[in-house]
Amino acid sequence: MTEARTKKMEARDVRLDFFNGRMKQELTVLDGIDLTVYEGELIAIVGPSGCGKSTFLGAVDGLVRVSAGEIRVDNRRIEGPGGDRAMVFQNDSLFPWRTVIDNVSYGLDLQGKLSRSERRERAQSLVELVGLKGFEKHYPHELSGGMRQRVNIARALATDPELLLLDEPFAALDAQTREFMQVELLKILARAGKTAIFITHQIDEAIFLADRVVVFSARPARVKTIVNVDLVGQRTLETKMQPRFRELYDHIWRLIEEESARTGLITSAVGA
Amino acid sequence: MSSSASPASAPTRVFRSRHSLWQRNEDFLLGFFAILGFLIFWEVAVAQAWINPLFTSSPLRIVRSGYQAFADGSIYNDLSVSAIEFALGYGLAVIVGVPLGILMGWYRRLNALLEPFVNALYATPRIALMPLVIIWFGVDMSSKVAIIFLSTVFPILVNTMTGVRTIDRDFVKVARSFGASDSQLFLTVALPSSVPNLLTGLRLGLGHALIGIVVGEMYGASAGIGYMMQMAGSTFQTDRVMVGIIIIAAAGMALTHVLKMIEHRFEMWRADHRS
Repeated sequence: MTEARTKKMEARDVRLDFFNGRMKQELTVLDGIDLTVYEGELIAIVGPSGCGKSTFLGAVDGLVRVSAGEIRVDNRRIEGPGGDRAMVFQNDSLFPWRTVIDNVSYGLDLQGKLSRSERRERAQSLVELVGLKGFEKHYPHELSGGMRQRVNIARALATDPELLLLDEPFAALDAQTREFMQVELLKILARAGKTAIFITHQIDEAIFLADRVVVFSARPARVKTIVNVDLVGQRTLETKMQPRFRELYDHIWRLIEEESARTGLITSAVGA
Repeated sequence: MSSSASPASAPTRVFRSRHSLWQRNEDFLLGFFAILGFLIFWEVAVAQAWINPLFTSSPLRIVRSGYQAFADGSIYNDLSVSAIEFALGYGLAVIVGVPLGILMGWYRRLNALLEPFVNALYATPRIALMPLVIIWFGVDMSSKVAIIFLSTVFPILVNTMTGVRTIDRDFVKVARSFGASDSQLFLTVALPSSVPNLLTGLRLGLGHALIGIVVGEMYGASAGIGYMMQMAGSTFQTDRVMVGIIIIAAAGMALTHVLKMIEHRFEMWRADHRS
């Protein structure tokens, strides 16, 4: 990673506390997150279950307010949701009353910057980008899980965000569809030329997709390590067979295991 | 069903059953024949003088009485009076209940102001208000419109309100993530999510409206199906009472069926429908 590259997102000492009303206690979810994402990069964040990965992503999107520190996108401090970021949620959350194309143009409709025909045109091009030409008039319930996530991604890309945030978008898909969608996502992002932060609990998914894998510590989350994914060649389904892929996988798995053991999520570290 | 085929084993039967008229419509046909059997038994029981038609009437007598009522035109006035009362009362309830339900679902303060009234009136059998309604509106059509309105407006209002309030949290997140304002959240998420519940309210309101018609007209009226039944009943014209019952039941079933079909069409919009 050369420092000459443009910083797209920068989190500085981000702290986030939740007040749990029932337990009457404050819970620190994020405790001093420092992370920089460069333009055009795809970053994957992994970590022990419940460590606060999704909360961090929510903070970047502006849906949750940070308690201390700051997050900057294109050097602008984040105060709330904005058109420069878009989130792909885990549940596809497509509106059942909107057709595919109307779902894709949702963000554009809210912004109201473009004329109706321009919004249509833009949405149409996104539908085609994610490979759903011919399904514009379909309703979400008429689509498969994989297709719905394509619509979900298209909806996020439609507003032309600088930074795409993906919160375990493939978690609900079956294993085969997930692998296929991983390849598709890389193609889509390459075509759209976007910077992206991807949250997953699947280590192989993280390695496969990302330029760098960020490992979060157990809660309260901090950046434990950042692993450079130094795989050669284009990512294809065969990439996962490479010995180096295996090595990275074991390395990251051990880091997560360490964290899980430290907080008692698992009782003892099993030798890998 | 001939028994000669029974040793010919299951596969043949399965194959044939797919094409048999009976198998494809079994549930419907069972119901149909159950009703047919009941009607025949009823008719025979009267013909054999097992039961007294003065109390029970009989299928043929009801048909004859119904035919006569339509043939001599005596029923049209009652039918149209009831239909107009229904249309006005139900229509008013929709016009008032739907917008008010939406507003109460969306604005917490408005809801806090009005909810005690709504709850109290929703819990009261509105038919209990009939004496008051007669005092206010008299015995002509307007009192029936009023009681139908009162019967119908609350189920519509309460269900619409619930619909607006139960929004899928994921949808809210999506809308907020795209920077939706409160009014945009209302228009693009809350309003469409409320449609399935609204339709349920309309269907439930229908049943209440029919009760309103019949009881309202029986209580004090000069025309209408309920009035006709009341008059027929007090002069022991059991056949004619039965005709009234069938008309009300048929209207209820037909309207409910239409609304159920519309509801089914919008079932996918329901917040808890998705996994």
